[in-house]
Amino acid sequence: MNNQIRVSCQLDRRTMAGSGFSLSADLTLPAEGITVIFGPSGCGKTTLLRCIAGLDLAEDAEIVVQDTIWQDHKRFLPVHQRKLGYVFQEASLLPHLTAGGNLRYAAKRSGKPQPELWDQVVNLLSLGTLLERKPDQLSGGERQRVALARALLSQPSLLLMDEPLASLDLPRKQEILPYLEQLRSAFKIPVIYVTHAMDEVTRLADYLVLMDQGEIQAAGPVEEVLSQPSLAAFFGDETSVVISGCIAQRDPQWGLMKVTFAGGDIWIKDTHQALGDSVRLRVLARDVSLSRSEDVDSTIQNRLRVSLVEISDTPDASTAMLRLKCGDVQILARVTQRAISSLDLKLGEQLWAQIKTAAVTY
Amino acid sequence: MILSEADISTLWLTLRLASVVTLILLLIGTPLAWWLSQTSSRLKAPISALVSLPLVLPPTVIGFYLLLAMGPNGWLGQLTQSIGLGTLPFTFWGLVVASVFYSLPFVVQPIQNAMEAMGSRPLEVAATLRAGPVDRFFTVTLPLARPGFLTAAVLGFAHTLGEFGVVLMIGGNIPNETRVVSVQIYDHVESLNYAQAHSLAGLMVATSFVILLTLYLLQARGKAVPSLVGSKR
Repeated sequence: MNNQIRVSCQLDRRTMAGSGFSLSADLTLPAEGITVIFGPSGCGKTTLLRCIAGLDLAEDAEIVVQDTIWQDHKRFLPVHQRKLGYVFQEASLLPHLTAGGNLRYAAKRSGKPQPELWDQVVNLLSLGTLLERKPDQLSGGERQRVALARALLSQPSLLLMDEPLASLDLPRKQEILPYLEQLRSAFKIPVIYVTHAMDEVTRLADYLVLMDQGEIQAAGPVEEVLSQPSLAAFFGDETSVVISGCIAQRDPQWGLMKVTFAGGDIWIKDTHQALGDSVRLRVLARDVSLSRSEDVDSTIQNRLRVSLVEISDTPDASTAMLRLKCGDVQILARVTQRAISSLDLKLGEQLWAQIKTAAVTY
Repeated sequence: MILSEADISTLWLTLRLASVVTLILLLIGTPLAWWLSQTSSRLKAPISALVSLPLVLPPTVIGFYLLLAMGPNGWLGQLTQSIGLGTLPFTFWGLVVASVFYSLPFVVQPIQNAMEAMGSRPLEVAATLRAGPVDRFFTVTLPLARPGFLTAAVLGFAHTLGEFGVVLMIGGNIPNETRVVSVQIYDHVESLNYAQAHSLAGLMVATSFVILLTLYLLQARGKAVPSLVGSKR
């Protein structure tokens, strides 16, 4: 089976007066893991997702999910015939049904209802006690959990999520994120996830698509896309890399744990996950500093041996973005142009990168 | 209360008329309201205006044109004659056709308001859960717009109970065929038979009040969200 999702979508809603917008995307996405479409509000990412689902009609589109053609120049499969799950931004439970009724609505129409799937989904999203409630008796976070369960119970071959956390406050968001992470391992359903929040990118994305003004700016595995210094303008102050590793050691006295990855170790705040669990770290470029010699006197305890592979300009003339290699892992560091000049940094040089423990966000 | 046998037969006739008309109106009004709530066609405004005409026109005007249309030379009359039904004026079914036109806005508008208040999101959600168009109509539109249907049925029924002008123009005054309560009351008053007029008129007031009271009580309980004709929520 072809393990790809083809999305080619051209849409022009510009008016004569110059308002409206256009969308042009041509993507081949992996049919596994979580693909995050990231971009500022109004860049067209939701429209792209709705075109993939068939909720919006792109006149010129080709959408092929694995071997099933959803749309091409002569066919348009109606939404209800596409094997998709869709989680909308705001609560979208059918208001006349209970939470359980919403789940049954999906299960009944999924083709072949599976009782064991029902149990798995209800347990995974901890919905056991909520099933009898009406949507208006649920909190925002609970509603999104039910909406997610409902999408899973329709047994989709592609799960589309449109900023499912955007309408939630921070604590609710923290409540849902772990469920989304479990989704990746518990179900083998490919996900396309739209967001404008960087922390969701670093926590969830396996594959990242950057969008701006209706155009695709970059696409690729998340580690690759995030470590391109040329995209610094896109992320601004949030420029960061994602490092995957696993928990190797715990220091209960200081409440820290050691994460080992392909380029070394980093100590972070203990998240109380089990030893051996894999975790993702987000390292912000602005929190990485460099020195020629190992500064053992520093309060910054995470020091990595790196080599400098690229220096590139940022939109801010006083700073530069440095790309560093640490084993197989790439890290970005934002430093001032003056520091580069006074230290006389050269490509290929071996340096020490210092990372603030507190800056490793997850 | 003195109700003659003739009074009672007009009551039954009126109930039968209102029930048949309400049923037909729900069948016609639902797709019409659905179309009006979904379309962005240029025809939306003129069709809406046409549907609402009975709200402002004198019943005699509607009755007059329907009489012409249903007469032997009218287009509707030609049609009914060609399929062997004869002509409709001065028959029960003539009254039914006229009442359907006359009460149409009272049924279409509450349903349309309810469907518009529902928005497109629940239908999109149902579509992403593999519900086809018919499935969506019965499992999402109908239950969510139910208060609108309730309001529509009550108003259509009550409004048909009370019509007079259109009945006179189309149906005349034939016992057991077209003589409805409002016409009977008129006859009683004409013949200075005030006691019998009182009985029927009082009954009409009480019935209409109870029907509307039920509707408003249901609305207050939140069961019937969309408001009455003309005033959108």
